[in-house]
Amino acid sequence: MSTLLEIRNLTKSYGKGPVLQNVSLNVDSGRIVGVIGPNGCGKTTLFKIIAGLISDYQGTVMVDGSPPGVKSKAEASFLPENTYFDGGIKAAGAISMFADFYRDFDRQKALELLKRFNLEPGMKLKSMSKGMQEKLQLILVMSRAAKLYLLDEPLGGIDPAARDIILDVILKNYSENSTVMLSTHLIHDVERVFDDVIMIKDGNLLVSESADSLRERTGMSLDQYFREVFKC
Amino acid sequence: MLINDKFDSGVPIYLQIMHLIRRKIASGEWPPGHRVPAVRELALKFGVNPNTMQRALSELEREGLLRSERTAGRFITENTELIDTARRGLAEQILDDFIEQMTGLGFTGQRITELVGRELENRTCSEQKEEEE
Repeated sequence: MSTLLEIRNLTKSYGKGPVLQNVSLNVDSGRIVGVIGPNGCGKTTLFKIIAGLISDYQGTVMVDGSPPGVKSKAEASFLPENTYFDGGIKAAGAISMFADFYRDFDRQKALELLKRFNLEPGMKLKSMSKGMQEKLQLILVMSRAAKLYLLDEPLGGIDPAARDIILDVILKNYSENSTVMLSTHLIHDVERVFDDVIMIKDGNLLVSESADSLRERTGMSLDQYFREVFKC
Repeated sequence: MLINDKFDSGVPIYLQIMHLIRRKIASGEWPPGHRVPAVRELALKFGVNPNTMQRALSELEREGLLRSERTAGRFITENTELIDTARRGLAEQILDDFIEQMTGLGFTGQRITELVGRELENRTCSEQKEEEE
């Protein structure tokens, strides 16, 4: 197993205080990694830095051997929390756009997934529910043959039945050469698919280890441990 | 160890899967000598990560309940003695739990034996009735 992502002493501040503070971690290829922490803990910032959308940070970030940039963008497939499409675009149009943008995009796979999620290719984004929009975005992102999938809260507005399909898609898509990093606060529903878990609290790295070793060490499920650590 | 199919307890998931598979083998749902489905297929079926599934299967190989043949895949052992031992191990766990719970409710050993005996008798009776009908 080789290291796909290497982060050393990463710090990022927006004006006031640091959002990420001296974070160091490694992620291997062939893993499904849960990135968990409450809202505002720095998960999205971490993803944006890895995806190359934020470049004014301190520390070192290496994605497959190079810092986030043109090369890593071709290898990392990022699902942002919010959509960036115009409401007038149809599902089929969004698929064509991705096919134009990314050399590693598999149109056939996207169309199959569309069918699986019961989405109409001719449907406009603005007439879709929030859950449907999220599904479409996920289909686009997962239809790339990327080395690193960065899924920022892909389960937020999605009903439990579709959640199962999404987990199924992630598991089916699993390959030894790619890694999925998935941020969520719905740990209970997804913890069984994680190899590793990264936990962030107030910008500090709290946990970065294998999910089963955390269970062994604490005698708790990830969900229980999360509740324990972030108790108000 | 109680196993929850949803894999949400504090027990490492690979151990939970090992337990579920051990049960399949002990009950004969996975018969001796049969081929074990591919890791990927099992991972999807159990809804867990392929690496976790791989680990569970490797550990079961170490226990001897599974064996792997270089090119043909993975098979369930034909060693019925090993399977018997696994079955007895599982039964002991269930009995331990049961006795602990019954004692917790205030039943003595003798009462527990009586209750189990009566319950088993009832079951045989109702099974016979069903057959007659």
